[in-house]
Amino acid sequence: MSMSSETIVLPPSVSTRSAASRLGDLPMIPIIILAVIAFMAIFADVLAPHNPEVGALTARFKPPFWQTGGTMDHILGTDQLGRDVLSRLIFGARVSMVVGFTAVIFAGVVGTVLGILAGYLGGWADQVIMRITDAWLALPALTFAIFLAAIVGPSMWNIVIILGLVYWTRYARVVRGEVLSLKEREFVRLAIVAGCSKATIMRRHILPNVVNSAIVLATLMLGVVIVTEASLSFLGVGVPPPKPAWGLMLSDGKQGLMVGYWWLTVLPGCCIMLMVLSANLLGDWLRVKLDPQLRQL
Amino acid sequence: MAATPNRPLLEIDNLSTHYVSAQGTRVVRAVDDVSLRISAGETLGIVGESGSGKSTLALSILRVLPPAAQIVSGQMWFENEDLVRKTDTEMRHVRGKRIAMILQDPMASLNPLFTIGNQVGEPIRVHEGTRRAAAWRRACDLLKAVRIPSPETRVTQFPHEMSGGMRQRIVGAIGIACEPRLLIADEPTTSLDLTIQAQYLSLLRDLQREHGLALIFITHNLGIVAKMCDQLVVMYAGRVVESGPVSRIFNAPAHPYTKALLNSIPRMTDNRNRLTAIEGQPPDLSSLPRGCSFAARCPAAFDRCHKETPPEFNLEGGRTARCWLASVAMQSGAA
Amino acid sequence: MKQFVTRRLGYSLLSLLVLSLTIFFFVRVTGDPAALLVEPGASEDDIAAIHHKFGLDKPLWAQYGLFMMSLLRGDFGQSFYYQTPVLDLYFDRLPNSLLLALVAMAFSLAVGIPTGILAAVRVGRFWDSAGKLFALLGLSLPSFFVGLVLILLFSVYLGWLPSSGSGGVLHILMPAFALGWYFAAAHMRLTRSSMLEVLGSEYVKLARLKGLPQSWVIGKHAFKNALIPVVTLAGINLVLMINVAVVVETVFAWPGVGRLLYEGISFRDFPVVQGIVIMGGTMIVVVNLLVDVVYAVIDPRIRLEK
Repeated sequence: MSMSSETIVLPPSVSTRSAASRLGDLPMIPIIILAVIAFMAIFADVLAPHNPEVGALTARFKPPFWQTGGTMDHILGTDQLGRDVLSRLIFGARVSMVVGFTAVIFAGVVGTVLGILAGYLGGWADQVIMRITDAWLALPALTFAIFLAAIVGPSMWNIVIILGLVYWTRYARVVRGEVLSLKEREFVRLAIVAGCSKATIMRRHILPNVVNSAIVLATLMLGVVIVTEASLSFLGVGVPPPKPAWGLMLSDGKQGLMVGYWWLTVLPGCCIMLMVLSANLLGDWLRVKLDPQLRQL
Repeated sequence: MAATPNRPLLEIDNLSTHYVSAQGTRVVRAVDDVSLRISAGETLGIVGESGSGKSTLALSILRVLPPAAQIVSGQMWFENEDLVRKTDTEMRHVRGKRIAMILQDPMASLNPLFTIGNQVGEPIRVHEGTRRAAAWRRACDLLKAVRIPSPETRVTQFPHEMSGGMRQRIVGAIGIACEPRLLIADEPTTSLDLTIQAQYLSLLRDLQREHGLALIFITHNLGIVAKMCDQLVVMYAGRVVESGPVSRIFNAPAHPYTKALLNSIPRMTDNRNRLTAIEGQPPDLSSLPRGCSFAARCPAAFDRCHKETPPEFNLEGGRTARCWLASVAMQSGAA
Repeated sequence: MKQFVTRRLGYSLLSLLVLSLTIFFFVRVTGDPAALLVEPGASEDDIAAIHHKFGLDKPLWAQYGLFMMSLLRGDFGQSFYYQTPVLDLYFDRLPNSLLLALVAMAFSLAVGIPTGILAAVRVGRFWDSAGKLFALLGLSLPSFFVGLVLILLFSVYLGWLPSSGSGGVLHILMPAFALGWYFAAAHMRLTRSSMLEVLGSEYVKLARLKGLPQSWVIGKHAFKNALIPVVTLAGINLVLMINVAVVVETVFAWPGVGRLLYEGISFRDFPVVQGIVIMGGTMIVVVNLLVDVVYAVIDPRIRLEK
């Protein structure tokens, strides 16, 4: 076993060329929607016509401009504190994007690393990680998130950590399954024979092969995470006011619903729906393109 | 569509069944320009490697094809009626009643949630309008006919309570339930062990004799063909490469592929030193090469084979072969 | 069989153990759990009493022992707001949750199964695409949004249905729809894939070869087999519905467990939140166990695996 790992040329794990050619027919609609939301999130300061957190009580519950009583100053109307709905939607995109992406990445990194460790090392590491995964998966995600939020208290970054803690188990389970089958593959055996350390094998040979699945899962998870974030905000344990989160806007808008102030609920609701729908469409497309094994998920 | 007298029981003319992918970009010619005939009481063997289109051909006859597959051209004359032109409802009255089929996997072809009696009696209930209780009694008789001991208790049992050999007999009982004129058996013995195989084959032969059945026997086992069949059709890459009476083909195969197949079976009287395996792989049915599809693997191939597809030549003694060599050596009339 | 059940039971107990450890750990990780377990604005004496009750001055393992002992005795603590034991509150609300879940389940199956079958039978054609769109909408529309739109439509504009509360048949329609919506999509997806698998099976092929009419092939041979996984999932989902209804119950002020959880958050009533999490996790672990055992009884192949 004196051979160094450089002497054996291992087959490329993921063929980048074929992956690129498989990306032919991009689903344009979800990509455009997500791009628009991302654009709003990044340039919120420039795009928003008003300050999203300050309103004039004299201008409460103004309807969108096309309804009687609406003005071009507040194109999509104002809320119960007289704040501009359009501006709040634009800044709300920032909250959803930041929370959604960071939480998905956080959960993805934790879940993938633990999944690889559990799958590759086996034994005690596997037992401990998978018992935790199984037990945590039994908790309904929203209930678990509410519990954690009740403990640590609401703030935007706490929400990110909470969502990461709740959702890493999904990745761990899928990644572990893949690692178990990768372990038996020729190139991993070759790497073992070549004397690669366990850490090197996991980093150089296992990780690149599970990244596809993790990315697909992350895209599908994005929608779930955004809904959970919105639900937490809706229940009052999410992003604290006056920060404009879509879920919070819905929750506030509930009061005006019975008197017909529909724009306060329907508009943020549609934003959430569009974002989640796009993430799901993109995720489904990626799943079929990149990872046929995940189709059954 | 006037009925032509003296047609055999089933005559298939230039039948083609293709699989078309969802985008319509890939066409797999699973069955391509196939012609064959079988008379009442006769046994026709269809041999070929897996993927040569045998099973698709069988399913095409009954028009029970997966959604992606469709019959694109040809005729199938059965008792002077063209099966290709029948409506779905008319076709339904042919299936199970006039033509029946036995599938290859006895473990998978019975529904795990219904009793044997229920499943055996089904075709009788559907085709003859028999009531449940009467169909049940008939199912009992059918199990007796396929030599299943204590049929009265067996009809009340579920498939998982039986062995593979017994299940395949039950599938056979379903096949003969409505006394069809033609029975198609698609590799019915591949998943059975050898002794059970022999029993099953003799059972099939007895059933054939008793009921005057015509039998189409699909297999890749030439030994079974020699034992069971009168006529033989050899398929390769979706086409019939050779057909004719079994004894004549076995004595003097006209197509190099048949020759190679025959050379690959071991015999007791063998004084050859080694069995010859056929080199290479069958071609991709979605992008067939120009010329003869066997040319790439054929030891006797010459220039013309790679350029032109040989037509089906009619040879003496009711034989056909799709090979340029056959046209030179044995052709009796114009192709 | 006995061995399978024993091992499966062991796994479930292990899961429950890990769950209790998790909850115990998270409550203590923030520092002083007394801050959570004591009423807002409680006196020094109250805090000292809590410290004593949970042995917070003792080592961690002893604290965990006390925590588990009280859980096993059914002592989930006292609600600050209602001043009654958490478990009593929980069981008061559970029938309402169960009722809502049952109606939502009936709705989701009534929608999901026929559409799933239709999509599978017409795979790749119009109804399949329509079904896919429906599934996508079902999985993408958050239940609170569905609920609010329903209220806007049927209560505010049309005035047909009451927007909140419980009591009559009319009260349950909208919450059940909002809750069942997501599950209808999930059941549709599963029915479709399960039906597709069954339709490709050899016994369905043989049923066709027998000359059975299409309705008979699908209604008898395919339907029963395709339904097995759907019914299994429905069993698990019924329990899940009870535990994820918090948003819907909040929107419609439906007095179930979910609404109790919302009250727990709003009133900073931590023992209630903790109790509901424990009960939810336990229920799901138990149902998963039951489903696996029942499955093993029905299908002998599963027993031989693993």
